[in-house]
Amino acid sequence: MDEPAVESGPLKILIADDSDSDRLILKTLLRRLGHLVLDAANGEEAVALFRSGAPDLVLLDAMMPAMDGLEAAQEIKRLAGERMVPVIFISSLSEAEDLARCLEAGGDGFLSKPYNRVMIKAKINAFNRMRLMHQALSDQRDLMHERNRQLLEEQYVARRVFDNVAHTGCLDAPNIRYHASPLSVFSGDVLFASPRPAGGMLVFTGDFTGHGLPAAIGAMPVAETFYGMASKGFDGSDILQEINQKLVRILPKDMFCCGTMLEADFTLSQLKVWNGGLPDGWLVRASGEGFSLPSRHLPLGILNADEFNADMEIIRTLPGDRLILMTDGVLECSSEEGQPFGEQGVRRAVESAASGQHPFDALMNAIQGFTGRQKFGDDLTLCCLEMVDQEGLSALPEGTAPSTLAGPTEWKCVYEIRERTLGEFSPLPLLLHICMEVPGLRRKSGEIYTLLSELYNNALEHGVLELPSEWKYTPEGFGRYYSERTARLSMVSGHYIRFSFHHEPKQWGGRLRVVCEDSGQGFDFENHPVLQATEMAQSGPRYAGRGLVLLKRLAESIRFHEQGSRVDIIYDWYF
Amino acid sequence: MVDKPHLDKEALAELRDVMEDEFEMLIQTYLVDSKERIDSLKGAAMAGDSDAFAKTAHSFKGSCINIGAPRLGELCRNAEKIGQNENLAEVPPVLEAIEYEFQQVTEAFGALMERGTG
Repeated sequence: MDEPAVESGPLKILIADDSDSDRLILKTLLRRLGHLVLDAANGEEAVALFRSGAPDLVLLDAMMPAMDGLEAAQEIKRLAGERMVPVIFISSLSEAEDLARCLEAGGDGFLSKPYNRVMIKAKINAFNRMRLMHQALSDQRDLMHERNRQLLEEQYVARRVFDNVAHTGCLDAPNIRYHASPLSVFSGDVLFASPRPAGGMLVFTGDFTGHGLPAAIGAMPVAETFYGMASKGFDGSDILQEINQKLVRILPKDMFCCGTMLEADFTLSQLKVWNGGLPDGWLVRASGEGFSLPSRHLPLGILNADEFNADMEIIRTLPGDRLILMTDGVLECSSEEGQPFGEQGVRRAVESAASGQHPFDALMNAIQGFTGRQKFGDDLTLCCLEMVDQEGLSALPEGTAPSTLAGPTEWKCVYEIRERTLGEFSPLPLLLHICMEVPGLRRKSGEIYTLLSELYNNALEHGVLELPSEWKYTPEGFGRYYSERTARLSMVSGHYIRFSFHHEPKQWGGRLRVVCEDSGQGFDFENHPVLQATEMAQSGPRYAGRGLVLLKRLAESIRFHEQGSRVDIIYDWYF
Repeated sequence: MVDKPHLDKEALAELRDVMEDEFEMLIQTYLVDSKERIDSLKGAAMAGDSDAFAKTAHSFKGSCINIGAPRLGELCRNAEKIGQNENLAEVPPVLEAIEYEFQQVTEAFGALMERGTG
């Protein structure tokens, strides 16, 4: 209670006594003490006055005609409900049994005749203290209930706001299974999945330190960054760097976010993984073999940009391989005896999964069996992504509806990146952004991104870095390809990649011309099998070949110049 | 037997202190009230209702003690016990004693009032 209890404050006191003289004495005594008095000559009158007058305290003669004091006390206590109204019996009763009956009827104490001024004053003060204490307690309890109700309401509102930012992305895709409570964001867990403009998926699982609103607030910028960047074509590594930098800036020192980023490329059958502080991820091969993917980084929101390493591990996969991500909540699930599920629990569940059983089901069943009758849920997030054929995925929606704004229709633009920047920066999101200013192209963001990334990767890897694509098709070559790529990127000198765009409106829509030039040696496009074959069937997943097939399928025309180091593409779009 | 004084001077002094101007009215109220109670006692005795007799005696006792008439209070206590024990044979003498003592108390209060006002 905010105000101190004022003992001497006037109280409204109900007295009931059938003796007129006694009532007169008591009434006068109480008035002299500064209280307001309601008086009744029997039990019935007392109850009626209690209803109409709502007194703070009641003094009742035990024996009265027309409803005696005991009955009146019971009725008054019933009417008072949760309100604490002390009922004191005035009595010259002396038998223990009689006194006990008074207490059973709801009496809180006694006052004996003859009246004694000092005694009456002391008793009233004592019972008033008790009343105020009870009032303070029940006020606090009500306040707590109210605060709790408010908190829950706020959480639901916050959850709705969060859902608008985070939505479920492509978590409902047929190759993703997950368990995440709708309110798990308040235990600090987040789970996002987004398709990439050129195909493939990004999945991010995070676990913020702390609970409640602080943990949930950190989740907002992460969600916005993830979905915003993923839809613009940034890769997992770019997004991790951005999230890390943002969290370092906004989170207090003792708060950070453990997380795992997963980048799946279904056409290359390749997974990229980054784990900073979360429990081991698990790669479960279609054959049933399991490999753990331990954390190799500090959580997000700790290191400054120059110390932060966003390099992702690259894993070759086959269709049917599955990757499981989880937050601490999985390891912390406890049995009825209080034992934690732990890493052994996960390992056992994954490794002992029956053949044909989905590892996600195996793990969920194991957790359920382990925790028994205890509930688990809000602070446990589990996600499983399955590698599939790109064709196996239903087509992604065609982006946003065209804007009513006309946007630029006639423009040219040249963008060139040079030297070390080639190894440090991907121009694709920026280039995509420029093209997306044209409303007609916005619906085609996937195709445009694919065109640009094929052109750029081809120019970089085969033109500038001169990496032979054949390397990628053997397990040994695969590793060599990527380590060589990193090594060569760090030594790039005297090179550039230049994009020239030209967009013009047509009666039927618009035409985008993209010329991509690089400073490399070019390649023998005259003899390239794909460029010569009339049917586009491929004998294997030949990367360069696949890229060219894609370009041919998407573009109106494609022309190679100068030993293939200049590619000229025309892309038409229709109203 | 009963050896308490008709009036408790000390208690009355305190009552006068509390009641101030209303003291006289209080005494009048008590006297009117008491007459009614004596009538109730007689009625209960005639009806042979020992429970009503005991309860009335109990209440009467309380007001006597409060007003400062201890001897009458003590007689009421005896009457309450007789009623509780359903000892109706002893009712007439105690009723008689109560009526007599009430006369004494009334006179004593009368003298007190005269002194008080005079």
